[in-house]
Amino acid sequence: MKVLLSGNEAVARGAYESGVRVAAAYPGTPSTEILETLAQYDEVYSEWAPNEKVALDVAIGAAYAGSRSMAVMKHVGLNVAADAFFYASMTGLEAGLVVVSADDPFMHSSQNEQDNRRYAKFARVPCLEPSDSQEAKDLVGVALDISEQFDSPVLLRLTTRISHSDTLVELGERQVEEPTELPEYRIDRVKYVMVPGNARRRHPVIEERIEKLKEFAETFPYNKVEMGDTSLGIVTDGVAYQYAREVFPEASFLKLGMTYPLPPEMIRDFASKVDRLIVIEELDPFIEEEIRLMGIAVEGKNIFPMIGEFNPQIVRQSAIKAGLLPPSAAMEVKQPELETPLPLRPPILCPGCPHRGVFLMTKKLKMVVNGDIGCYTLAFLPPLSALHTCGCMGASIGQAHGVSKAGIAQKHAAVIGDSTFFHTGLPALLNVAYNKSDTVVIILDNRTTAMTGHQQHPGTGMTLKGEPTKAVEFEDVARAFGIDRVHTVDPYNLKEVEGALRDCLEAEGPAVIVSRRECALLPQARKLWMSLRVNEERCNGCGLCFEVGCPAIVKSEQLDAKTGRAKARIDPLLCTGCEICAQVCARKAILFREEMIKEGESA
Amino acid sequence: MKTMNFLVTGVGGQGALLASGILADVGVKAGYDVKKSEVHGMAQRGGSVTSTVRWGEKVYSPLIGQGEADYLLALEKLEALRYVGMLRPGGIAVVGDLGIPPLSVSSGNDVYPGDEEVRRVLSEVTDDYHFIPSIRLAEELGNARAHNVVLLGALSTFIEDVPPEVWLQSIAERVPKKFVELNKRAFQAGREARSSR
Ligand SMILES: Cc1ncc(C[n+]2csc(CCOP(=O)(O)OP(=O)(O)O)c2C)c(N)n1
Ligand code: SF4
Ligand code: SF4
Repeated sequence: MKVLLSGNEAVARGAYESGVRVAAAYPGTPSTEILETLAQYDEVYSEWAPNEKVALDVAIGAAYAGSRSMAVMKHVGLNVAADAFFYASMTGLEAGLVVVSADDPFMHSSQNEQDNRRYAKFARVPCLEPSDSQEAKDLVGVALDISEQFDSPVLLRLTTRISHSDTLVELGERQVEEPTELPEYRIDRVKYVMVPGNARRRHPVIEERIEKLKEFAETFPYNKVEMGDTSLGIVTDGVAYQYAREVFPEASFLKLGMTYPLPPEMIRDFASKVDRLIVIEELDPFIEEEIRLMGIAVEGKNIFPMIGEFNPQIVRQSAIKAGLLPPSAAMEVKQPELETPLPLRPPILCPGCPHRGVFLMTKKLKMVVNGDIGCYTLAFLPPLSALHTCGCMGASIGQAHGVSKAGIAQKHAAVIGDSTFFHTGLPALLNVAYNKSDTVVIILDNRTTAMTGHQQHPGTGMTLKGEPTKAVEFEDVARAFGIDRVHTVDPYNLKEVEGALRDCLEAEGPAVIVSRRECALLPQARKLWMSLRVNEERCNGCGLCFEVGCPAIVKSEQLDAKTGRAKARIDPLLCTGCEICAQVCARKAILFREEMIKEGESA
Repeated sequence: MKTMNFLVTGVGGQGALLASGILADVGVKAGYDVKKSEVHGMAQRGGSVTSTVRWGEKVYSPLIGQGEADYLLALEKLEALRYVGMLRPGGIAVVGDLGIPPLSVSSGNDVYPGDEEVRRVLSEVTDDYHFIPSIRLAEELGNARAHNVVLLGALSTFIEDVPPEVWLQSIAERVPKKFVELNKRAFQAGREARSSR
């Protein structure tokens, strides 16, 4: 039976069917649903690790122990896990290991659009790329087979479009016999202890492995030639294949299911049969460069963009511009004229978001904030404009320490989410304590990994499988590191936040403020939602509450008689009743919960 | 079999992705090759959401370019305008008669386009656009959230090859059990709203 599955669901299904026993990941769009789906299969052990490096080490350990395993991450996660990726390439494994990297052309939800096929070449690891969900499922099993046959990890590279598109998939059964007794761990010190002497022995082995994989690629069934009109030959991979097939229905195709290493003979042969050879690939000219290195004339990025995601329109228009298609191939498009540009809908902190309370106060104290990655990054937007850097996960604390050591005129702090703190904030906080800077570190403990869709982490007391576990307390961690000034505040209480900030800024030495309040979208928070109301008699349209940047506060049609300014109104469908705006209003025009309840009782 | 392209648009939390999920499933049940693609927003509420669904004999690309959608299903008017350029000139637009002002509008910095402007812009691409009072009809049935299925009902009247039973079955499989009856009625209400014009 065929079912519609997203690429991510298909990868999870593939891992299940091909006998993966251990899977580890750290969430990251567009890869997150893979482990969330896999967690539903009891036959597979799956977990959220605190970061991608740990996840990959876990998967490597399982593969050393003789079990098929998988590590999953978004593209930038492989930067974090790169050290592990390289040693696993050097040592090889006792059972199949597939490393899934979901790249993000167009940066739908990322800080860069790095092309992780480069990592495959960098670490001498084969790279497979599906072009739909069926292949995504099948290639997991194929990757594990290759991993075992060639004693190498295998990179399975997805992109956002593959991960988040649903296509039809034929389901199969789980192909594995559960062991009746525990296997013996095979000790091989020369292979697995990468001291220089042993590593020097391994390096030629992995170079040879790539040569053998080149031969293997020549007859690899997922490298497919589809001959058509020979005036144009197209080499392509991943979802770009689908766009190319649609735009050039007549052309000849070499579709690569393995993009590293490439099959030289197959490419030479294909090139010799066509008049003009082009590569259609998203992001870097990876295939193009490899082909050119073979001494074959090829075009690619001179025609198609190197930046962003493709779609059939981009492929078609680039082709028309390069004369590969006649101008008449263009679609008829009507882009209507607009009187004024349409208002945008950018992502924005939710009504009732606990992060808002912290940023209102760092802003009030005119602080420079080294920020991090998560929902709270959105505090960089006006009207808050209160977060001033965001580079990669965990960067905030190290940066703030550097700022502190360099010295600046303003007050400053690092702000980091709870999940991000566990990911890479921990060693940076240790550094703050150890090297004694005056850094203030604010940990935004909203009890979840919100940005990526609310995953568990070590502070939540829950595992991926929904089992209770020990919840780490940030305050204990900070004290264990030797930081004595530790505050816990409720970000819905602005005075409390301000008090803690002032205390930490005035004092010398490192300080930690744990801002604790669950994300407003979590079920336990939703239960407490209630809408507040603006007392229109008291409101004079001063506009102070608009500076809170809450989507629930809107300009009313009512104007203040004296000032002529619009009064505030609260949208009852959006307001959660966090009372942050009520604390900001100098005229007490926004009713607190208690007043609302009293009003309700007397009505 | 001719390939049919749908673009579903709306605001995060409105149920656009449920609608496109049903639409994709209906295509499978009707025997088509189907691809569906969506842009997942981040966790926050209120961003713009789009999803492409394609039915055909053999579908390659999960995405479409401008001018390639045969049908635009918009759960909100501003999102209809934002994506109407994706519609093939003369294509069919089914639009929920609902406006959700973004923050920049409610804070008074931008203006939400008036109904006349909405009609004018849509009509630059097609005369075949249909406003459906989806929220009102769903509210009459007891739950405004079913407005997405009202719109699917209206859309279904344009796709004559697929009988309503197929849609209803897919709806029954995809909405929570206790809302199945409500949504079936919402679907019918959408069909009637369209035919009574
Ligand atoms: C190396 C890396 N892994 C994963 C991600 C994806 N990602 C972005 S933000 C985030 C988590 C944010 O969670 P938290 O710090 O708790 O903040 P919240 O969103 O809850 O406010 C993740 C996993 C990333 N950008 N980089
Ligand atoms: S999802 Fe939660 S943490 Fe993220 S912006 Fe909304 S309330 Fe804030
Ligand atoms: S209480 Fe104020 S700040 Fe909080 S959600 Fe309601 S309107 Fe927004």
